[in-house]
Amino acid sequence: MDWLTTVDHKKIAILYLLGGGLFFGIGGIEALLIRLQLIKPMNDMLDAQTFNELITMHGTTMIFLGVMPIVFALMNALIPLQIGARDVAFPFLNALGFWTFLFGGILLNLSWVMGGAPDAGWTAYTPLSSSMYSETHGVDFYTVGLQIAGLGTLIGGLNFLATIITMRAPGMSFMRMPMFTWTSFVTSAMILFAFPAITVGLVLLTFDRILGANFFDVAGGGNPVLWQHIFWIFGHPEVYILILPAFGVISEVIPTFSRKRLFGYSSMVFATILIAFLGFMVWAHHMFTTGLGPVANALFSISTMLIAVPTGIKIFNWLFTMWGGQVSFTTPNLFAVGFIPTFTMGGVTGVMLASAPADFQFHDTYFVVAHFHYVIVGGMVFGLFAGLHYWWPKMFGRMLSEPLGKWTFWTFAIGFHMTFFVQHFLGLIGMQRRIVTYLPNQGFDTMNLISTVGAFLMGVGVIIFLVNIIRTSMKPIGVANDPWGDGRTLEWTIPSPPPEYNFKQIPLVRGIDAYWKEKMAGNTEMAPSEPVGPIHMPSPTILPFIMSLGIFIAGLGLMFSGEEFSNSFMSLIFNNWIVCGLGLLITFGCMLLRSLYDDHGWHIEPEELEEEGV
Amino acid sequence: MMKRWQVMKRLLPMLAIFTLLLAGCGREDLSVLKPQGPVAQGQFDLIKLSISIMLVVLVIVFALAAFVLIKFRRRPGQTEMPEQVEGNFKLEVIWTVIPLVLVLVLAVPTVKEVFAFGEDHSNDDNAIKVKVTSHQYWWEFEYPQYDITTAQDLIIPTNRDIAFELKTMDVIHSFWVPSLSGKLDTNPDGTINKFSFSAPNEGVYLGKCAELCGPSHGFMEFKVKSVSQESFDQWVTAMKEPMVPIEDVALAETFKNQCLTCHAVGDQGGSSGPNLTGIGSRETVASILLNSDVAGEYTNPVEDNLKEWLIDPQSVKPGNKMPAPKDLGLTDDEINGIAEYLANYKLDY
Ligand code: HEM
Ligand SMILES: [Cu+2]
Repeated sequence: MDWLTTVDHKKIAILYLLGGGLFFGIGGIEALLIRLQLIKPMNDMLDAQTFNELITMHGTTMIFLGVMPIVFALMNALIPLQIGARDVAFPFLNALGFWTFLFGGILLNLSWVMGGAPDAGWTAYTPLSSSMYSETHGVDFYTVGLQIAGLGTLIGGLNFLATIITMRAPGMSFMRMPMFTWTSFVTSAMILFAFPAITVGLVLLTFDRILGANFFDVAGGGNPVLWQHIFWIFGHPEVYILILPAFGVISEVIPTFSRKRLFGYSSMVFATILIAFLGFMVWAHHMFTTGLGPVANALFSISTMLIAVPTGIKIFNWLFTMWGGQVSFTTPNLFAVGFIPTFTMGGVTGVMLASAPADFQFHDTYFVVAHFHYVIVGGMVFGLFAGLHYWWPKMFGRMLSEPLGKWTFWTFAIGFHMTFFVQHFLGLIGMQRRIVTYLPNQGFDTMNLISTVGAFLMGVGVIIFLVNIIRTSMKPIGVANDPWGDGRTLEWTIPSPPPEYNFKQIPLVRGIDAYWKEKMAGNTEMAPSEPVGPIHMPSPTILPFIMSLGIFIAGLGLMFSGEEFSNSFMSLIFNNWIVCGLGLLITFGCMLLRSLYDDHGWHIEPEELEEEGV
Repeated sequence: MMKRWQVMKRLLPMLAIFTLLLAGCGREDLSVLKPQGPVAQGQFDLIKLSISIMLVVLVIVFALAAFVLIKFRRRPGQTEMPEQVEGNFKLEVIWTVIPLVLVLVLAVPTVKEVFAFGEDHSNDDNAIKVKVTSHQYWWEFEYPQYDITTAQDLIIPTNRDIAFELKTMDVIHSFWVPSLSGKLDTNPDGTINKFSFSAPNEGVYLGKCAELCGPSHGFMEFKVKSVSQESFDQWVTAMKEPMVPIEDVALAETFKNQCLTCHAVGDQGGSSGPNLTGIGSRETVASILLNSDVAGEYTNPVEDNLKEWLIDPQSVKPGNKMPAPKDLGLTDDEINGIAEYLANYKLDY
């Protein structure tokens, strides 16, 4: 119950981690099924329809429900700590964001048991995704589920923006913020601009499918290429929304375990912003083969290639952070160090794809599958593993086992390269993506086998990680504030896990890497910026949960509004919009309740703080 | 300066070996890495250039990383704090400028090639015009200059520009013959995509649909058959011949009523299904049942393939739009008879 009503950012972080972990597991199982089907030519383990549902759900789940929430888990757990704040700006909204994400995700996955999962690819190109060609409710689950989940993301992003802008501790100017906070800030800004685009697209597609509108229907004067533009205006920034926080994690982990400050901090900040900006300018590089014409193709080719420049800056800055330092190979740092070559490989194939005429050959082949997995798994997932191992003691007060962590790294990394390296060549010798099977004797067989074996090795890595978590959670809580010994930022100045209020006294920040700066000056603690006083805390509330439940019900109601049920009661309540209305009523009722009832929260008094003996 | 040249000297053989490796990859009629025509060649040159540049980047990054990781490992007993370096303006400028230069090296030929590929050959009198129409899950090829239509096997003469116009009847597909040219989508919105390629050598090239288009997306393949000019002319003449009738009158009637409502054969029939004229001499049935009379592991005579298709089209290509002949009321004998007739319907060219 505690967990349903919490508004504490640290607990919400754990909820995001659990939710994200769950969906990541589902997406992973889907990936393994896909790989199993492709293990040999003309395999008929899965039928074609199921296969298309699997690739669609795998992509959608991984991106929207798997890694994105885990990023949010880290952001929630760390941003307030890193900037010296007691919580996020809007704790209530924070909880609401989580619950809408979870209910959206559940709705989407219900499609597996409620008559057909979406089957038009995670990009859901129309007309394939229109009700004419995708007749089950699958794509409805996709549009409605993602709208609900996307709402949560948007709320979260706004909240982080407000938090970072308004709640930094005294002395923490923008140019003193830790890199992870910086990248989270830029990511949140990107969410603010990118998510409305996909939401609009999804709403239009919902209208087309459920209410018979014609936005993407040629016969009714619509245009399917419009969907591609809307989708990618969101979709391209989205991949940077994923990768930037990983950059942030790497920029925290490498300095700590090299015992050096980040090389070229200001150029890192500048590069991050530039990447975000360019990220919005290049969407049409996903559409070179759509036939936009040579002028557009040339422009988008060049603007895409330009992203290599700020990315290169980052890579070299990381390398030079380690230069002259004392690099220790802890598990987080193994992942961080492993990130650099892997991500570089994903990056260079990205530049290759940017060359439009060459992309006519690469596009929609396994070369592309290899490229984006190098970026998303080799970059983002490695970054997440680094971050999770690094901050685990801070979040849970227990160290993950180092030997198990190293096993995770090696199995996962080797499995990863086995899976995806050969896919570059598969693409180049003519294997298109999203195919349920392939004829023998095309030269595809061996490489597909290797790829599948590698995928299972990655699975082993993930299982070792889970074992590590379970074993660790048996241990008693109680690691030091700064268990790695070389923490540089504010989160390492407070106990692990942090108390509910984070900081008894808000610290005074005197430079970049605030904690490290104090350590160098011979201090063991931060100087406080305020006297000890009562701390204001928001009250827990169940409203966010119920509000999200309401939206979930409304979503189901909307989807099945046109359905012909065999049961007349069901027809009555669905076809007359009663279910949909009821859901909305619940949600708006909660909003009303929240506005009318003034909750002032509560206070932790100074005496209590002393008692805890911090 | 001297030193840098030394590095290049080491890199060059590596690049040469790499090119050889790439060129050894895949089947000639399928692989992007073994281009069989000028368009694919242009694209392959760009791929080689970009891979080379990117390999240089990778080598530098990997070498640097390996060096740093070995040289600056933390040694036992190391307690002193390393010097905290802020950054280095000069270095940072260097690694901003170098990528910029590399990008420029790739950008210039890219732009040149983009415009070369964008050239419109549709008004070129010398070119063979082909209107490609994609359907779930088959390809239709119309030759307006000759007033013929075929499906699945695209016959072209060697060394002539083939000017394509692409469109679709249903969802988006993508027309791709890896060893002859990159892919281009077939759009449903009335925008007709145009491009062209040519094939200098005679041969059969594999084509594929590259855009997810439904359950049988992976089965939506086709063949491009490049033949001599004389053969092509013969083929055109043969295609225009009237239909060879079925001898058995009852079977001919069934065929006409049940099959020709959608399919065309010679001068008879409809156009909502693939044209079947000369299907006996095609490379495949339904694009994935490969015809082969050669004895051995993969013997699949056309007739067997046709029977397999006619007995249960859905199991061969799930989701396809052809009704199962059994559901249309055809008996096994009729199916076998039609399969035999079609298998023997060969064109001489
Ligand atoms: C366990 C590791 C993974 C394996 C073995 C794996 C494997 C695959 C395979 C085989 C495909 C289908 C390719 C095709 O035919 O289209 C695929 C597609 C995809 N994967 Fe993964 N994947 C993994 C992890 C991830 C992760 C972590 C993400 C993102 C965060 C991701 C994102 C995607 C996306 C977006 C697609 C495209 C789906 C579509 O075509 O609609 N994958 N993956
Ligand atoms: Cu297709």
